Amino acid sequence: MEKITVRVCTGTTCFVMGGANLQELNETISEKYGDKVELTASNCLGLCSINWEYSKAPYVKVNEEVVSEATPEKVVEEIDRQLAKQ
Amino acid sequence: MNNSGQIIHLKKEILVRIIKAFLSDNFERQARLIPYDMRPKGMEVPYRCCVYKERAIIKDRTIAGLGFPIEEDDETVSLADYAKQALERTQISDKNLTVLQTACKGCATNRIYVTDLCQGCVARPCQSTCKFGAISIINGRSVIDDSKCKKCQMCINACPYKAIAKISVPCEDSCPVGAIKKDETGFASIDYDKCINCGRCTAACPFGAVHERSQIIDILKAMKSDKKVIAMIAPSIAGQFPGNIYQLKTAIINSGFDDVYEVAQGADITAKTEAKEFTERMEEGQKFMTTSCCAGYNQLIKKHLSEIKPFVSDTKTPLYYTAEIVKKENPEAITVFVSPCVAKRAEGFENPNVDFVMNYEELGALFVAKKIQIMDLEESKYVVEASKQGRNFGYSGGVAESVKKSLKDEDSVKPCVINGLNKDSIKQLKKYATSGVCEGCNLVEVMCCEGGCIGGNATINNSKTAKKLIDNFTQNSEDISKI
Ligand code: SF4
Ligand code: SF4
Ligand code: FES
Repeated sequence: MEKITVRVCTGTTCFVMGGANLQELNETISEKYGDKVELTASNCLGLCSINWEYSKAPYVKVNEEVVSEATPEKVVEEIDRQLAKQ
Repeated sequence: MNNSGQIIHLKKEILVRIIKAFLSDNFERQARLIPYDMRPKGMEVPYRCCVYKERAIIKDRTIAGLGFPIEEDDETVSLADYAKQALERTQISDKNLTVLQTACKGCATNRIYVTDLCQGCVARPCQSTCKFGAISIINGRSVIDDSKCKKCQMCINACPYKAIAKISVPCEDSCPVGAIKKDETGFASIDYDKCINCGRCTAACPFGAVHERSQIIDILKAMKSDKKVIAMIAPSIAGQFPGNIYQLKTAIINSGFDDVYEVAQGADITAKTEAKEFTERMEEGQKFMTTSCCAGYNQLIKKHLSEIKPFVSDTKTPLYYTAEIVKKENPEAITVFVSPCVAKRAEGFENPNVDFVMNYEELGALFVAKKIQIMDLEESKYVVEASKQGRNFGYSGGVAESVKKSLKDEDSVKPCVINGLNKDSIKQLKKYATSGVCEGCNLVEVMCCEGGCIGGNATINNSKTAKKLIDNFTQNSEDISKI
């Protein structure tokens, strides 16, 4: 089974627009998925400048899938979706 | 911060759009378009009944962002006109908050209410316990006459089935001094003679109806003028953004300021002055002294707790000393305090050395609007580096600790903290004031917000991680005894 990589954007735009709340993922993810999911913090993913007019920051990437207006719940949902496909 | 994430996102997005509008080549037009850009034709409406209603509400929120009171809007003035007025105004108001009253319609009035759990029992303890005769029995069920009910809640406790409930109004419940009230018409409004600017109601209202009146346009205007604009950043900012405070300095300069001072520099002066004053007061026989750096607490003393005045330190706040230094070094400059809370707006308004106040959310919005990525930036040094203790002023316990470390005899102090002003802690302070003693303690640190400034209403980070970040940063800072 392939590991799922979650990249939380900690760039300034994402952090200011609500990314601060995503820090709780650190705990939930390791608790819930152990080493099946790897969580990393990332500098600006480059999505905020393309997509600002829709103002969907904060962004998280679960493998190649972008979660916009990310909340911990939305990220967990996306992980579950991808795990189910495996 | 209790508001749902969506409301915070919405409020910040509006700020970003206001700043972008200001920076565009047609501020008035772009300001007018904000509600349409955010809710374009054909868009699915996320929160309310229709796109028109949503736009109307976004317009109201934008009015607050431009610095005006929403309550006074009569719907005939366009956002373009407001933008124009914002450009023309030369004075800011001392009323720092404004309520989006249309939101209050969706929020039930504060009342005591008999639920379906009422069994119509024979004993009727609710009826006999009510001193105001507000309860009668109709069709075998207990009914409360709202015009007689004094909301004493005796009946709630009397009912063995727990059938009587209090419907509460979040803003009223959150206010420690009874300054915000929903009136008979259902609209909440703030009594500024009572309001201590604690900002609780801004966080408590589920609709995000209470807004700070932003001074962002006044600050952007100052940046465009040929005057120097200097940012003074509160100590708690160290836990609020990505990167460190040296990169943050570069970011703030890139966003349009000319220079940045740490208010922790002034905190060092506060700590040392307060330590001296503490020793003198104890020698004079006073039983305890309270700190005086929290703006919310200072408002409380002024408006509700004058009896504690003799026990409050006369030492000035970190912002006071910092602003004094900045104005001395740069007499022509415009000073902006970068703040975690709305209470400091009140302090800034009263201090002639502080021209404007901008909160962390607004600074964040400025970074977003200008596409500044703090982590990518070089570090800039501060001319004066503050101490570890000065930099720890922003969390509960930090101020008392800094005073302790500044004393000749550290053992002479027995500190305790009031971590957050609420009805109970205010009662406690009142007790200290009237009795003249505070059991087991001689230095009372008072912070209006829970957790200290890191729990301020306009913070970006949650207070737990913010505290960790501050501790990581300050462990390598110089001890106050060496400064
Ligand atoms: S909590 Fe207060 S301000 Fe918010 S909607 Fe209800 S009455 Fe209005
Ligand atoms: S800011 Fe604080 S004191 Fe003022 S109305 Fe709101 S909750 Fe009450
Ligand atoms: S800051 Fe997150 S995508 Fe740019």
